[in-house]
Amino acid sequence: MREFLWLVPALPLLGSVILMFGSAHLSVRTAAMIGVLSVGLAALIAFVISAGFVLDPPVGGVYQQTLWRWFHVGGFSVDVGLRLDPLSLLMMLVTSGVGFFIHLFATEFMEGEQGYGRFFAHLNLFVAAMLLLVLARNFLVLYAGWEGVGLCSYLLIGFWWGDPLNGLAARKAFIVTRIGDTAFLIGLLLIATRLGTLNIASAMTRAHETLHVASPMVTLIAFLLLGGAIGKSAQLPLHTWLPDAMAGPTPVSALIHAATMVTAGVYLIARTHVLFLLAPIAQFTVGIVGALTLLLAGFSALAQNDIKRVLAYSTMSQIGYMFVALGVGAWGAAMFHLMAHAFFKALLFLSAGAVTMRLHHEQDIFKMGGLWRRLPVAFWSFLIGSAALSALPLVTAGFYSKEAILSGAWADGTRGRVLWCAGVVGAFVTGVYIFRVVFIAFFGEEHTHVSGSYGWRVIVPLIVLSTLSLVGGFIQLPPAFGHITLLSDLLSTVLPAPLGATTVMPLLFASFASISGIVVAAALYWRPTHARADATPLWRFWHAAAGFDWLYDRFLVCPVLWAARIDRDDFIDKIYSGIVWVTRAGHFAVRRTQSGRVRLYAAGLALGSICLIAIAVLR
Amino acid sequence: MATVPLDQGLLLAAILFTLGLVGVLARRNLLFILMSLEVMLNAAGVAFIVAGARWAAPGGQVMFILVLTLAATEVSVGLALILLMHRRIPTLDADAGDQLKG
Repeated sequence: MREFLWLVPALPLLGSVILMFGSAHLSVRTAAMIGVLSVGLAALIAFVISAGFVLDPPVGGVYQQTLWRWFHVGGFSVDVGLRLDPLSLLMMLVTSGVGFFIHLFATEFMEGEQGYGRFFAHLNLFVAAMLLLVLARNFLVLYAGWEGVGLCSYLLIGFWWGDPLNGLAARKAFIVTRIGDTAFLIGLLLIATRLGTLNIASAMTRAHETLHVASPMVTLIAFLLLGGAIGKSAQLPLHTWLPDAMAGPTPVSALIHAATMVTAGVYLIARTHVLFLLAPIAQFTVGIVGALTLLLAGFSALAQNDIKRVLAYSTMSQIGYMFVALGVGAWGAAMFHLMAHAFFKALLFLSAGAVTMRLHHEQDIFKMGGLWRRLPVAFWSFLIGSAALSALPLVTAGFYSKEAILSGAWADGTRGRVLWCAGVVGAFVTGVYIFRVVFIAFFGEEHTHVSGSYGWRVIVPLIVLSTLSLVGGFIQLPPAFGHITLLSDLLSTVLPAPLGATTVMPLLFASFASISGIVVAAALYWRPTHARADATPLWRFWHAAAGFDWLYDRFLVCPVLWAARIDRDDFIDKIYSGIVWVTRAGHFAVRRTQSGRVRLYAAGLALGSICLIAIAVLR
Repeated sequence: MATVPLDQGLLLAAILFTLGLVGVLARRNLLFILMSLEVMLNAAGVAFIVAGARWAAPGGQVMFILVLTLAATEVSVGLALILLMHRRIPTLDADAGDQLKG
């Protein structure tokens, strides 16, 4: 069964190709069938392969598949190959499984939209690129998937291209992540020249053998890889594209935030954790970046009125948690939270999409209100998602994964304690901002008229993801609770370090933080009479996410535009405009000779021939 | 068999060629231009024949046959073009067809 691994990325790619070239001739029904079935089949194959992998592990815990040789230059060869180990297995399951349910939801969400086939073509390509990224055995193949993900995010964020603002958001996402991609590419080139291979596993082994701890080279490589991860995972300071990426349709946001794209950075760091272990400064920077991002994004989410923007900032914040986990070496905890986050963030986005579907795409939470009676399915799913996001103790997946991160930070000495404090404050803020949305949007008085009901294609994904958001955490309990360690057993062959709290104190603290967040939100927004506070400067500061967009605009975009303006007529440009001028002048001079008179042409021919013959004879 | 001296033959060819060229340049009627072109081609043919006779080489006559073929095809294509032009602009004046001027 394992030899069919290549089908997992190939099937969505095939679906994408069919839809791309045939979407003009396919009916909406067929397009939806192709789009969903290709990912569904991939998810099924991934599931069967994973089951086989767990029950009957291959030798060494790794299954490799070489598809073909990409190129071979002077002893340096690159194979296109797939590598299935517990880490990529987890990512493959999350990407294809959650991706499948998002596709199913999208078939109903996008009904009646222009470019239905095109939408699913790009959605399929997105999943295919992400699967290639996580299954790649080689850095270059990984990079191909990495860029594919970036391309698809551009295509899908700008899906409704009729509005120029959406195009602007798409370009912003592409360009900002491109900055990180460039750093990543330079890092890859350094790995290729320094370690002589781009095969991930052998590069890690060689790095371990040949590079010294904290040597400048390994630190540089780790920082460059971190740059790539920061761009894709929307962490400080390359985070500004993510809130604007909400311009895309809601299933796209769900896909970007849950199954693909933003988790790529976390995966990359976990995959190359050997390098980060060799470069303690880089690893510590990962944790600091994560802590700063989780606080900044959490406070920014408090000041948003758009339901999707709240979720966008919450994603940044949760990825920040994963970075904290990576920074303190709790690799397994990061992957655990990545999985749980995929479940509940997909659930939150899909239920938010289900709400806006019935409100004519109204996303302002202050125009909703009292929806729990009208839209019970969306309400319960959103509530479960919110509970998981705010890590409601004991019953949600988010609690167990976040707890694993926080106890990992707690156990990492003084530096870890600082990150732990940030995490606990973040947990409190998370409870406040997400339940602010719940209370304002779903309780209180009704502000809009809601009509219509949902089909099974909306309800089934919501139910499945709700279930996963609740029980998904039970695969790994903290040692204080019981002895279930399925995830850490699975990951033990690739990622070191244990999972889960050994002491109860920090655990109680974190639980208390998240519960008190929810309580504070309830106290403030249960009766949201004067909850709209857009006047205060503090509110405006956080609404603009601490003004990073303004900062970049003022200090990067404006100087570049200014330099371009004053540089328009410099010496080099003069050369080129001179060439243009000479050409045009010549054109005007010679144009007269094209008189259209055949006899003149003949005379010219004759004269020319006479001259040539004269030269030949008289010379 | 008396042979035509080379210089006299070439002189004949040159005169014929000049006559044809003058015809092409001076006449405005397209049919006459075409006929003048034939004269020029035949002048070239005469030069080949004379040269072939001078060095007793068969290549001169071969080239003349080639020139004949070329002349036939040129006339057929040229007449077809003149016919098409005449349908579009009902005149045979060569200077009237200057619509492609720059």
